[in-house]
Amino acid sequence: MTDSLTVIDDTRATAGGPLTSRPHSHGLVPTGSPAERFMSRTPDDFEEPSVRVEDWKFAPLRTLRPLLAGTPSDAQLRLDSTVPAGVELLTVAADDAVVQSVPQPTDRLGALAWDLSGDALVVRVPDGLEVAEPILLELAGDDTNPLVWNKIVIDLGVRSRATVIIEYTGLAKYAAVTSALVGDGASLDLVQIQNWDTGSLHNDHVGARLGAGSSYRHVSISLGGTVARLTPTVAFAGPGAKAELVGLAFAGPGQYQEARLYVDHSVPDCQSNVLYKTALEGDTSRTAWVGDVRIRPAATGTQTYELNRNLLLADGARADSVPNLEIETGEIVSAGHASATGRFDDLQLFYLQSRGIPEVEARKLVVRGFFVEVLNHIALTSLRERLLRDVETRLGAS
Amino acid sequence: MATDSSATETPYPSTPSHTLEVRDLHVAVDGTPILKGVNLKVSSGQTHAIMGPNGSGKSTLAYSIAGHPKYTVTSGEVLLDGVDVLGLTVDARARAGLFLEMQYPVEVPGVSVSNFLRTAATAVRGEAPKLRDWAREVSGAMVDLEMDPAFAGRNVNEGFSGGEKKRHEILQMALLRPKIAILDETDSGLDVDALRVVSAGVNQVRATGVGTLLITHYTRILRYIEPDFVHVFFDGRIVESGGKELATILEDEGYARFGSAEPASV
Repeated sequence: MTDSLTVIDDTRATAGGPLTSRPHSHGLVPTGSPAERFMSRTPDDFEEPSVRVEDWKFAPLRTLRPLLAGTPSDAQLRLDSTVPAGVELLTVAADDAVVQSVPQPTDRLGALAWDLSGDALVVRVPDGLEVAEPILLELAGDDTNPLVWNKIVIDLGVRSRATVIIEYTGLAKYAAVTSALVGDGASLDLVQIQNWDTGSLHNDHVGARLGAGSSYRHVSISLGGTVARLTPTVAFAGPGAKAELVGLAFAGPGQYQEARLYVDHSVPDCQSNVLYKTALEGDTSRTAWVGDVRIRPAATGTQTYELNRNLLLADGARADSVPNLEIETGEIVSAGHASATGRFDDLQLFYLQSRGIPEVEARKLVVRGFFVEVLNHIALTSLRERLLRDVETRLGAS
Repeated sequence: MATDSSATETPYPSTPSHTLEVRDLHVAVDGTPILKGVNLKVSSGQTHAIMGPNGSGKSTLAYSIAGHPKYTVTSGEVLLDGVDVLGLTVDARARAGLFLEMQYPVEVPGVSVSNFLRTAATAVRGEAPKLRDWAREVSGAMVDLEMDPAFAGRNVNEGFSGGEKKRHEILQMALLRPKIAILDETDSGLDVDALRVVSAGVNQVRATGVGTLLITHYTRILRYIEPDFVHVFFDGRIVESGGKELATILEDEGYARFGSAEPASV
C-alpha cells in the first residue's frame, strides 16, 4: 500500500506512514508565525493573549485564565531529586549572572513565569564531568489552588555530559521558565514528562542555548493534565552544534497539548531535527504543533528537518499543525519539513482483527507503533521502556 | 457441535473435522449486489479452488466470510461447524478458526513482526504461548518458509517485497493454525521461486488437515497446490463445480464459455 497520509507540506521526500486521512483534515493553516520571535522578560511587552495573537490562537484561553491572570504566588511544587555525585543542585537568586543569561521567554505567560518566580533551581554539571546516571527532578503538586511560578536552569559546563529527567505529577497550575545552557562540546538530554493529574495546567518556556560543537536533545512526553503548553526554543551560540527536539503527546477528552517550537539558526554548520507525534482520542481533545525554524544569513552549512504527525482516533478531535521555515541563505546543506494529520486506518484495524486481535487491543497496538518512532530517540533504555509502559497505561485509560 | 465418539478409538491423535458452510450468500457493496447466492462447503483436509475472471466476486466472498465492514451481507448464512459466524466481529471469527490470507496485507508501522505474531497467537489460542516454545515454533516456521530470522524484527509489512508479504501471510497461517483458511490470490505478484516457497508452505499447513479455500484467477498456482475441488465463479455465484480436471479445461478454454474473454492461464 502506498502512503495515504495527507502531506500538507513536504519539501523533502520522507518515509511514508500508517495514517489514512481525509482531504479536509484539520491543520492546514497558513503560516502566520513570524520568523523572528519577539523575546522579553517583561509581561507587558507582550499583547494580552487572545485568539488574534499568534502565540495564543490555538490555546484554550478560558481554561488558562488562572495562569494568564498573573496572580503572584510563592507556592512551590514538592521536589524529590536524584543527583549523581559531582552534580550540584542549588537554589540561586534570580539576579545571578548565569540565571540572568538564560534565553528569554517568547510570550506573555513565559514572561509572567519569569517575573513572578523568585529564585532559580539550578542544576550544575561542572566542566568535563560525564554523568552516566540520569539527574532526576520529580516535581509534584498536591493542590490545584495555588499557582506555582518557577525557574529551572540546567547548566552544563564545557565538554560535560548528562541526562536530566523532569517529571511532573499531581495537581497544579504551573508556569515555568526552564532553561538549558549547554557548554561548548557538552551533551545534554533533557526529558520532560508531563504526567499530571486531570485539572492541572502547565505552561513552560523551555529555552536552550547551545555552545559550539555541543549536542542537545529535548524530549517532551505529554500524557496527563488538562493543558500542557510548551514553547521550546533553541539558540546556537557557536558553530557545529546539534539540536534534536522530539515530542509525544496523547490528548484525551478535554485535554489540550501544545508545542510551539522556535529554532534559530544564526551561526554556521549547526543541525536541528524535530519529530513530534500526537494522538487524539475523544471529540474534545485538542493538540497544536507550531514548528518555526529560521536560518539566518550567517547560518551557512545548516541542516534542518521537522516532522509532525497527528493521529485522530475519534470524530471531533482536532490537531493543528503549522510548520514554518524561513531560509535567508542559499548556502545550506538541507532544510525541510513535513506535517500530516490523519485518521485511524480502518484497513490496519481489519488486518489486525482478522488475526484474532480484539479491536481495543488492535487500536492500542497501532497507536503504540505510531509512538515508537519517537521513543526510539530516547537513548536511555530503562527510560525508554518505562515511557512505553506509561504510554500503554495512558492508552488503556482512555 | 456434535461429538465424534469414534475419535477416541483411533490409535493416533485424530484431527478433528471442521466444516465451513456458505449457504445462499448474498452480499452487496454500497448497495450494489456482488454475491448472488453462493453455496459452498469446505471441510478439514479438503482444498477447494475458486476460479473466476476479474470482477466475478471471488475476493468479495473471501472478505465477506472474514467480516470486512465494507461488505454487507443481505441474506444467507456462513456456518463454521454449524455456528453462524456472520454475527461475530472480525476478531471473533479469527478466534473461531477462520483465517484470511490477504492479497494486499496492510503495513503497521512501529509494530514488529514478532510482537504482532505473538499478540495474534495469544488472542487466537486464548493464552500467551510459553516464550521458549514460541521462539522455537516461530523460528521453525520461518525456516520452512526460507525467511531470514531478521525478518521478525521488521515492522509488519513495512517495505516488504511482494514475496515477503506472502511468506509473512503463510507464516501467520502456520502459527495461528486455523480450522479453515481462505487464500486470496496467493500467487499474485510472485515470481516462480517465491511461488514455489509459498506453495510449499501452504502445502505443509494443508498437511495438518486445515480446510482450504483457494481463490485464484489463474491456473498457475494449482500446479503447486493441488485442489480436490474446483469451482468456477461468475457473476457472483458458483456456476460450475468439478474435480481438478475442471482447472485443466479452464486452462485450455479460459472463461469464454461463461461469457468472459479473460484467460485462466498465463
